[in-house]
Amino acid sequence: MTLKNISFKNLIRRKGKASFVLAGLVIGVSTVVGIISFVEAMTSDINHKLEKFGANILIVPRTENLTLTYGGLSLGGVSFEMEEIRQEELAQVSFIKNARNIAALGPLVLGVVNVDSHKVLLAGVDFKASTILKPWWQLQGNEPDDNGVILGAEAARILNLNVGGHLKIKDRRFGVSGILKPTGSQDDQLVFARLATAQSLFDKGGRVSMAEVAALCQDCPIEEMVRQISDALPGAKVMAIQQVVKGRMETLGHFKKFSYGISGVILLIGSLVVLVTMMGSVRERTDEIGIFRAIGFRKRHVMIIVFLEAAIVSGLAGILGYLMGWGVTKTAVRFFIEGHSGIVPFKPELAAGAFMLALLIGLVSSAYPAFIASRLDPTEALRAL
Amino acid sequence: MSYITAENIFKTYGSGESIVAAVSDISFQIESGEFIGVMGESGAGKSTLLSIMGAMNAPTSGRFAVDDIDIYSLGQEQQADFRREFLGFIFQSFHLVPYLTVFENVMLPLTIVKKSKRQKREMVENALSQVRLLDKAGRLPNQISGGEKERVAIARAIVNEPPVLLADEPTGNLDTKTTAEIMELLQNLNSEGMTTIMVTHSPDCARYARRIMKVSDGRLVEDDEKGII
Repeated sequence: MTLKNISFKNLIRRKGKASFVLAGLVIGVSTVVGIISFVEAMTSDINHKLEKFGANILIVPRTENLTLTYGGLSLGGVSFEMEEIRQEELAQVSFIKNARNIAALGPLVLGVVNVDSHKVLLAGVDFKASTILKPWWQLQGNEPDDNGVILGAEAARILNLNVGGHLKIKDRRFGVSGILKPTGSQDDQLVFARLATAQSLFDKGGRVSMAEVAALCQDCPIEEMVRQISDALPGAKVMAIQQVVKGRMETLGHFKKFSYGISGVILLIGSLVVLVTMMGSVRERTDEIGIFRAIGFRKRHVMIIVFLEAAIVSGLAGILGYLMGWGVTKTAVRFFIEGHSGIVPFKPELAAGAFMLALLIGLVSSAYPAFIASRLDPTEALRAL
Repeated sequence: MSYITAENIFKTYGSGESIVAAVSDISFQIESGEFIGVMGESGAGKSTLLSIMGAMNAPTSGRFAVDDIDIYSLGQEQQADFRREFLGFIFQSFHLVPYLTVFENVMLPLTIVKKSKRQKREMVENALSQVRLLDKAGRLPNQISGGEKERVAIARAIVNEPPVLLADEPTGNLDTKTTAEIMELLQNLNSEGMTTIMVTHSPDCARYARRIMKVSDGRLVEDDEKGII
C-alpha cells in the first residue's frame, strides 16, 4: 500500500464530495474549452466567409490628385487613362512573405467606350480570378471569348441587349455571351471583356488600371498584408477594404474578451468549490489525519495524500472537461454559426492545456486545506488521548 | 540509566486565572521491558501523561527522554519519526481507517517506511497472526466485531516492532471475555520484550501490569512495583 492507494480509496469512499469537486472543475474546464473552441470556430468561419466577400485589398496607381466623388456623385478628378500599373510589377505580389494567404489577384483595366450613342465603362478582367474576387456574380450565359463581352444588368437594360446579341466597340464586333444578374454594385453599369481584349482595345498592353486582391490571413492582421504588398509595389497605392474585416474582427475581439472574462469567473468559482470541499473533507477527516500523524506520518506525507486526491480528481476533470467542452462546441457551432459543418477538430494542445489547467486549479485550491491538514495536532485531532 | 525518564513534568492549559494543571510535577523512570499500568479517575491527567509519553503533547516544563533522547528537544518532524520508529499506539476507540481493509490498516505505519513490498507483507501477516486475524485480513472495519477491531489496532501498533507500546484504555469498549483476551495478548507482547504502558481505570486490567502508577489531580500519587500475577 502507498500514499496513492490511501488517496484513491478515500476518494472512492467519499464519492459524493469527490463528484462535487469533479463536477465543479469539469464545468469550469469545459466552459473554458468550449469558449476557446467556439471562438476559434467562429474566427475560422469568419475568415472562410470573408472569401465570399471577395476582394479586401485594392491596388491602385499612386497619385497626388484627390478623387472628387461623394456619395456616388462624381465631380471630376483623376481619369482612368492617366495612371496605370505595369502588369509585370504586379507579379511581385506573388513573392511577398504571406503570399500563400492570397486567394486571388485580379488585374483590371478600365476605359470609356462608345456603344451606339452611349458612353460605357468597359472593364477588362481576369474571369478566373473574378470567380473568387466577385463570388456574388451570377452570370446568365457564358464567360466571353476574345470576341465577346458580358454586360452588367443595368448596362444590358440601357443598351437593350440580350445574351446572343451583338455590339460594336471601336469598330470591333463583340458578341454578348452573358449578362450578370443585378448585384447592386457599380458592376451593374459595366461592360466586361477579357483583360487582353480590353488592353488591346485601349492600347494598354502590359498595363492595368488597378488590381483587386482577396487575402486571407488568420495569423496576421490585414494591415500587415497591405504593408507587404506596398513594399512589393512601391509605385502603387495599396488599400485595405477594412470596414467589413475590421468590424467583424472587432466584434469577435469583444466577444473573445467577454468570453475569457466569463471563463475566468467560472474558473474562480470552480477553485472556490474545490477549496471549500477540500476544507470540508479535511475537517471531516480530522481523526484519520490524527491517526496518520500519531503513527509517524510527517507533515509532508499528509500533504501528499491531500494533493494526490486533488490531482486525481482534477486530472480526471481536465480530461472530462475537455471532452465535454469539445462536444458542446460541436453542438453549439451547428446552432450558432449558420452553415457550419459541425466539425471541430481535436486539438491536442488544447486538451493538454485543459488537463494542466484543471490540475493547476485543483492543486492550488487544495494547497491551503493540505497545509491545514498537515498542521493538525495529533493530540487534538484524536481527542481521545 | 533508565530507558524512559520523566523529570518534573508539568502540563498546563489556559492562562491567567483560568489556568488548569493537567499534569503537575511528575517524575518517574521506566526500564526496558516493563509493563506499566497508569490508573486514575477520569480527568486525573493520565491520558495527558500518555500523550506526553507519546511525543504528541509537549509538556509546559520538564524533560521527557526515551533511550536518553530528549523527545521534546526534537523538531516536529523528528518527533513524527520517533513515533514511527519507537512507539506503537493503541487507541481507546480503535481509530481504524474505515475505508481501508484490516490488512491495509495494519500496513498503514509501513506505508512510509522504506522496505520491500514482500518484507512489508510479511510484517503485516506476522502482526495479524499474533492477534489471530489473518483470516479476516480482507475485511473492512465495519465488517468485524469490537474485539476484532481492538486486535487490528494492536496489530497496527506492533507491526513495525516498536520497543514501546502505549495503550489508552485498550479494553474500554469491550466485554469481559474479550477484555481478558486482549489483556493476555498485551501480556504476551510484553513478555517478548516490548515495554508496555497502559492507561486504564479498570482494576481487572491493571492486574496484568507489573507496576502501577496512580495519578490524581495531575500528580503521581502512587508508584509501586507489583509481583507477577
